Amino acid sequence: MAIILDKLDYVYSPGTAYEKHALKNINLVINDGEFIGIIGHTGSGKSTLIQHMNGLVKATGGTVYYNGADIYDEDYKLKDLRTKVGLVFQYPEHQLFETTVLKDVQFGPKNLGLPPLEVDLRAYDALKQVGIGDDLIDASPFELSGGQKRRVAIAGVLAMKPEVLILDEPTAGLDPKGRDEILDQIAKIHKEQKITVILVSHSMEDVAKYVDRIIVMNHGEAVYDGAPKEVFAHYKELEQIGLAAPQVTYAMHALRDAGIPVTTDATTVEEARDAILAWYREEKK
Amino acid sequence: MKMIEAKKLIFEYIRRDEEGNVESIDKALDEISLDIEKGDFVAILGHNGSGKSTLAKQINAILMPTEGTLYVNGMDTKEEDKLWDIRQSAGMVFQNPDNQIIATVVEEDVGFGPENLGVPTEEIWKRVEKSLRAVGMYEYRDHSPNKLSGGQKQRVAIAGIMAMKPQCIVLDEPTAMLDPDGRKEVIRTIRELNKEEKVTVLLITHYMEEVIHADKVIVMDDGKVVMQGTPREIFSRVEELKRYRMDVPQITELAYELKQKGMPLPDGILTIEEFTEAMKRLEQ
Repeated sequence: MAIILDKLDYVYSPGTAYEKHALKNINLVINDGEFIGIIGHTGSGKSTLIQHMNGLVKATGGTVYYNGADIYDEDYKLKDLRTKVGLVFQYPEHQLFETTVLKDVQFGPKNLGLPPLEVDLRAYDALKQVGIGDDLIDASPFELSGGQKRRVAIAGVLAMKPEVLILDEPTAGLDPKGRDEILDQIAKIHKEQKITVILVSHSMEDVAKYVDRIIVMNHGEAVYDGAPKEVFAHYKELEQIGLAAPQVTYAMHALRDAGIPVTTDATTVEEARDAILAWYREEKK
Repeated sequence: MKMIEAKKLIFEYIRRDEEGNVESIDKALDEISLDIEKGDFVAILGHNGSGKSTLAKQINAILMPTEGTLYVNGMDTKEEDKLWDIRQSAGMVFQNPDNQIIATVVEEDVGFGPENLGVPTEEIWKRVEKSLRAVGMYEYRDHSPNKLSGGQKQRVAIAGIMAMKPQCIVLDEPTAMLDPDGRKEVIRTIRELNKEEKVTVLLITHYMEEVIHADKVIVMDDGKVVMQGTPREIFSRVEELKRYRMDVPQITELAYELKQKGMPLPDGILTIEEFTEAMKRLEQ
């Protein structure tokens, strides 16, 4: 039952010339342990949506429930919510500021008022989870590569032991290998820690490969919500709102249009390969 | 004619301690030799830290070779009195559009470069109009750059470079911070400039699908040029690319995996059309 967004509405700068209806009647249930991808073109409301999930932005209509409690209640402790719902912003490495990697990751738990031993344990554990080795913990964060910096920034959020981890385009600007490394690590954390993970992404290929459920945002509305196969079956409608399906999905449709009777619901290279091999083996008989 | 010619180019980043003693030396470019012809569209691939951006900065003479020589449009980048001519020959576009825009109105931003070159006012306006039309941003000429999308800002940055009439544009991951729509806009613009205006293009990128239309692809690793060839030649070597931390387009990977499983498909398939054709031939 983790997060319920109930009739959520958000208007930026109401009553001014810059008024913008950023979220319109959003009704979503984010269940415990889900791995969700949020897609949508720039300005579709993705980032505004996730900022509601940890109370950074207060809705102008509707409400958010976290584990059954209304987060807009007067006596609700928003500070607690923000430790439970960890948000990793775009380019989080810009927020690194300490003199060593370890200190940077310790900063969050230290501010929670935890005992020093617990702070250390959490920091070491979080760094291990993102694959930063002991050789780097005393380095200055500014000496690290782009991918390493980003992993340190993610560790800083993990050290707060969130129940929900939200990442806003965690792979932007990384090279292909760096991108895969980060996503593999996030998938591993999701599996091992059983935490809910919400991934905002521009890459349909990445979303198709990793998540169980996709939410598509357009003009402030959640227009599709379902498993990758269900959502990408609407590839023509997705194109109209500036999105697309993974390249292999198009390939499968192209094959079918060319008279090759393959199934068309593949969204990853592996699925497409298996579907084509199934046809090919049948054909050779 | 050669636009860029590198001969055993070496560049070392030297780190010194407080007393000025050498602490460490990093060879960012290690004996790079390459030729880029005028009018070519060349893509440079390589993982973060492979030396791509260091090479780009050499071409713009922001950095000088430690050893070896680099000629840009026939000029040696070490000759200090040629510095401005070199920078005018090879314009640079960077990753973050927000760091490159300085004026409050689009057309003033585009005019900034030629103005600094001392171009007469009338000619500046001609160039501004032509450049903005070339990148498809003319109708936004009196807008504030702050209100533009990332892709539009990046196109304004490209227009700003075009207004200086360079023969070559070096783009260092110009689409890394853009969404898929913005990326398509920028890549379409770059391809048009290459075709219509005959500008030599050097595109540094991580996105494999941006590379398939290039005349030539260069792969860098650890400061060296490790692969060179047409996109088809490069993407035929899937395993080798992966070793250099690179990817291939999904369709290329699918065809490669099917081939590994025994299906007789050709190497280096780059587009869905090629893939469908090859599959149809199998069926017959």
